[in-house]
Amino acid sequence: MNTAWEPVIGIEIHVQLATESKIFSSTPVEFGAEPNVRANLVDLAMPGALPVLNEEAVAMAVKFGLAIGAEISETCIFDRKNYFYPDLPKGYQISQFESPIVGRGQLPVFLDDGSVREISITRAHLEEDAGKSIHDRFSQHTGIDLNRAGTPLLEVVTEPDMRSAAEAAACFRQLHALVSWLEICDGNLAEGSMRCDANVSVRPAGDTGFGERTEIKNINSFRFVERAVNHEIERQIDILEHGGEIVRETRQYDATRDMTFSMRGKELSDDYRYFPDPDLLPLRITKSFRDSVRASMPELPRQKLDRFVTDFGIDREVAARLTSDREIATYFEATVALGAAPLLSANWILGDVAAALNRDERDYSDVPVSAQQLADLVKRLEDQTLSSNLAKDVFDTIWSSDESVDEIIDRRGLRQLSDVDELSDLVQSVVTAHPEQVEQIRGGATKVMGFLVGQVMKASLGKADPRQVNELLKRMLNI
Amino acid sequence: MRLYAGVQELRRDLHERKYSATELAQFYLDRISAFNDRINCFITVDEEGCLERAAEFDRQFGSSTNQPLCGIPIAHKDLFCTAGLPTTCASNMLKSFIAPYDATVVKRTSDEGTVSLGKTNMDEFAMGSSNETSFFGPVRNPWNPNRVPGGSSGGAAAAVASGMTPLATGSDTGGSIRQPASLCGVTGLKPTYGRVSRFGMIAFASSLDQGGPMAHSAVDVYELLAAMEGHDPFDSTSADVSKTVLPESNQALVIGYPEAFFDGLDKHIAGCIEEARAKFEALGHTIKLVELPHVEAAIAAYYVLSSAEASTNLARYDGVRYGHRAAESDDLIDMYCKSRTEGFGLEVKRRILTGTYSLSVGYFDAYYLKAQKIRRLVRDGFLAAFENVDLILAPVTPSPAFEIASLNTQPIEMYRQDLYTIPVSLAGLPALSLPCGFVDGLPVGMQLIGPHFAEGAVLGGGIAFQNVTDWHDQHPDLEATLGS
Repeated sequence: MNTAWEPVIGIEIHVQLATESKIFSSTPVEFGAEPNVRANLVDLAMPGALPVLNEEAVAMAVKFGLAIGAEISETCIFDRKNYFYPDLPKGYQISQFESPIVGRGQLPVFLDDGSVREISITRAHLEEDAGKSIHDRFSQHTGIDLNRAGTPLLEVVTEPDMRSAAEAAACFRQLHALVSWLEICDGNLAEGSMRCDANVSVRPAGDTGFGERTEIKNINSFRFVERAVNHEIERQIDILEHGGEIVRETRQYDATRDMTFSMRGKELSDDYRYFPDPDLLPLRITKSFRDSVRASMPELPRQKLDRFVTDFGIDREVAARLTSDREIATYFEATVALGAAPLLSANWILGDVAAALNRDERDYSDVPVSAQQLADLVKRLEDQTLSSNLAKDVFDTIWSSDESVDEIIDRRGLRQLSDVDELSDLVQSVVTAHPEQVEQIRGGATKVMGFLVGQVMKASLGKADPRQVNELLKRMLNI
Repeated sequence: MRLYAGVQELRRDLHERKYSATELAQFYLDRISAFNDRINCFITVDEEGCLERAAEFDRQFGSSTNQPLCGIPIAHKDLFCTAGLPTTCASNMLKSFIAPYDATVVKRTSDEGTVSLGKTNMDEFAMGSSNETSFFGPVRNPWNPNRVPGGSSGGAAAAVASGMTPLATGSDTGGSIRQPASLCGVTGLKPTYGRVSRFGMIAFASSLDQGGPMAHSAVDVYELLAAMEGHDPFDSTSADVSKTVLPESNQALVIGYPEAFFDGLDKHIAGCIEEARAKFEALGHTIKLVELPHVEAAIAAYYVLSSAEASTNLARYDGVRYGHRAAESDDLIDMYCKSRTEGFGLEVKRRILTGTYSLSVGYFDAYYLKAQKIRRLVRDGFLAAFENVDLILAPVTPSPAFEIASLNTQPIEMYRQDLYTIPVSLAGLPALSLPCGFVDGLPVGMQLIGPHFAEGAVLGGGIAFQNVTDWHDQHPDLEATLGS
């Protein structure tokens, strides 16, 4: 990356809320239904039809607001955003313009290097989704599917706080983890449950002003966010270094060609003629409603983090990683609840489990090793039944088997060899079999010790404890 | 069967089997077929549906479960959606639109036993004060066919006035029930905003639109209101308030008299209202002068706000899902432009354009926001007045029914028709329009305005007045004016 330039990035995420029914009608929300079967009078904008706000969507927005420590509006208004498009049946989208339901908040974002960045959330507002235009199914015609029309969205807008594509992707990932944690979104990126727009500009390193920005629309994976933003940063730097100017515009990321291209110019702003929707009364959110939402919320990441530090005596950084994702935290808590040592459990979950998940392209929602299996493994390490090497072996086994850890240990005779007499016999036979090496050691070549330890380990089929073998050897050779 | 019989008489006769519901329905259908071609107050007459439903009631009569309006005919303004029957809003845009559902008002009145005769003519999308903007042609005033019936519920008012129906639903945004009621000599109520559900009533200006009843008398208006009103979970702006109850006896009221409303009013109309005022005093009520500030700015505010809302309410008529679509178009934008150009009439286009303008960046504050402030001031003025009075007595229109086509090219003059009704609409108050005299052989009405949700007091005042006057019992002689 060109260090003469500093990228400035803010993102907007459309979170599809996991409500039973649409935001202003009673139609059930369903992905993948036959076109237009999930659209009633209101969704079709029949003459005379009126919107009625779904309280579940409000509760979910409030939940999100409370989770990021944001101010929840006591009164907020729904506005009409007017524009014509065939998949926008009313000719306007009901959204929130001047008074969003959720005000400013904070989101701690965990970066790959283990550090944490506090990203400011500017606002989050409720709105309805549009339908879909289908251009490739009918020749000469565009098909309109209004199943998605009226699906509730929470649009989350961040401050331009990010300074790299990796941070932007991490922020998207963190929001994904949070809304999944709160169970307000199914988090299914492939089905469009979360869509990211990224606002990107660059400025000479050290400057505090902002360069002209472009907006990349509708990116639906973490990896694509990183790639798209990186491309855009490079494109902008290239233009600026060649004396050009950045044009404010909306761009689209094409994943197959791995590039961004211009969609349409976004002049100063389209005139959407926002005004309060007279079909809906101002939304009042009472303290008792807020309190009841709060009471229904799971323990939040930050609360859990504090508790892990206090209850389990683990580092803040480790606790932060464990609570960066609800699935990780749940897995960790389940493992510890089964009697496994917390720190050792954490190390396994963030180490070997994470590596294996990464290798298999899976995530913490489907770890093939049950909490019971992991807890048993950790316990057997702790009570020294297993050596750490054999523990890794057993872990590989339980990754693809439901067998219990103790059954594996017994079946394969993996119990650590800790009986001193038995071990001494093994050491003695190795010493006898390698007089040359013994001589070298006695002559001061202590490095050769490693070879002898290896031979004993081999003879014990890996069941001996290498430290114990080392000590026995030293004693036997009088060094 | 008596022409212009009221609800109580019809109910009694049906119960006593003086005639069947079918005979009653046929009586009104005959009246419609005799005169509708010249009055033009119905867009759709549902003869078949009406007779079927009446026959159904005839089979049920005598059972104890009869609803209050069982077998009594009604006509719905053609902006209330009716499943299976065209709902046109008097527009080319919707001339062949058949709604897949019943408006709450239609459903409720039907549940109360009414028999629907059909759908009444109106100004296109309820925009107009003369019923001349209808795609289906103007409605004529039954008192004089060269005069307008008022609008936008002109078809409903003319249908009641000409004895084609005893009950009609209307809607009032800036005067659309009260002004035609006044010009046709019938009684009509604009309820408090939120009293009657708007679900299924095609929107003109959502923050002002209110459905209401029209009939021969305040008593009948009350009967129909009772069937229409009530909270509706499908309309977020519908109020959860108790049903309208008429006051028990003729309590002495303080009636406000807004002097400013009488400056520049046609002196003959002022004379009629003076007489009404004297009647109220004779009934034991006290008259008190009230001030209503800012009403002079109300018309401007109303046209800004109602047009702004209309401009986006009518965006859904884009030719995509239903309604008129241009036969040929080059691309999407061309399809929108042609469909809407062909589908909407001149007045509707005028309001869409002015409404779009006042919501645009750079104009929003000067127009829309300022109009909202005026609206608030007008409302506050009424609320202050109601601290000292129970009701307010006011004129409905600045003149009696004017000649057809006389104001067509003068939109501002046309808008001034609603000078006295618009402030009440902006304040969201209930107001009853009822006949109080004649000027040059044409009926003249007055308004009784009440505080929010005081429909009981308003109707009580109207009933008391009609008990001692017979203006509401005067009817046009259609046979004489039109020939039979």
